[in-house]
Amino acid sequence: MSYSDLTIWAIIVALGLGTWGLRFSFLGLIGSRAMPEWLLRHLRYTAVAVLPGLVAPLVVWPQATGGTLDPPRLAAALATVGIGLISRNMLAAIAGGMGTLYALQALTG
Amino acid sequence: MPHSAPPPDTPRRAFWRGFRAGAPFLLVVIPFGMLFGVVATEAGLDLAQTMGMTVAVIAGAAQFAAVALMVEDAPVLIVLVTALAVNLRMAMYSAALAPWLGAAPLWQRALAAYFMVDQAYAVSHAEYERAPRLPIAARVAYYFGAVTPVCGPWYLATWAGAVAGAAIPPAFALDFAVPVAFLALVAPMLRSAAHVAAAGVSVVLALALAFLPYNLGLLIAAAAAMIAGAQVERWQEARAA
Repeated sequence: MSYSDLTIWAIIVALGLGTWGLRFSFLGLIGSRAMPEWLLRHLRYTAVAVLPGLVAPLVVWPQATGGTLDPPRLAAALATVGIGLISRNMLAAIAGGMGTLYALQALTG
Repeated sequence: MPHSAPPPDTPRRAFWRGFRAGAPFLLVVIPFGMLFGVVATEAGLDLAQTMGMTVAVIAGAAQFAAVALMVEDAPVLIVLVTALAVNLRMAMYSAALAPWLGAAPLWQRALAAYFMVDQAYAVSHAEYERAPRLPIAARVAYYFGAVTPVCGPWYLATWAGAVAGAAIPPAFALDFAVPVAFLALVAPMLRSAAHVAAAGVSVVLALALAFLPYNLGLLIAAAAAMIAGAQVERWQEARAA
């Protein structure tokens, strides 16, 4: 990370204000008028639309290995998704994923 | 048997009912907050910046997204657009809560907006639908009761993680804690074919478009994924009808 301190604080403040604005939008300004159905239909998928795309390159081209595919990390990612799908439990998925990574790293030295 | 009048629900009682409903989320908030503290300091934010972000934004996934892009020195605009895109769902929460909390004074709505985390929405909205006759003061009290055990511990856990982070040895492969945390967050959300389709489009396009500058590939992938999710939902509704 090579931003200046000022830039970092600007990011923090802008993110804070922007996030508050999204949260306040309908509650504060627009009142109880219903949002159009097509908009709600798209907003429902924002989290599953952004986060997988953000994480995919980090999994396939991990920073720690200089961007080459790393089998233990790929296996850990798949284990996290699998455990998360089955258990619907975020903490179990994190524990299972990192556990898989540690086990495979120990095995492969 | 005649219907008896519902028991009077004072704001104080509503607050504590909300508190009890929010309390189980401690199990998620504490480790997730600590992880953010660790990851943010490892990424190069100092303690004040880490706490500043956690207090100003108070939205874990967006904070992780911002830090992940900041590590890559992405342009500021891309950091902001991507992290705010992660938070777009909060406009949906805002719309869903507006009919229930819209009658509260402006300052209460402004404060409620600041604390509008996933758990606050989920717990409160369920309560309002269950007890639609709750007076407005009790609704507001319930909401603030629910956020109390979520948001306070979120700040403290971030601080603890930020302070402890430097002491964690590299053998723990914390570089990969962020991808794992994101995947763990997303996997339980894959409730329907539409969610799976959105996630799939997001992954494929983000990888295929990774060559684009300024992380623009991710923004295109996310937009296409939202459209994919919405379309699959429509097809499923049409088929069910």
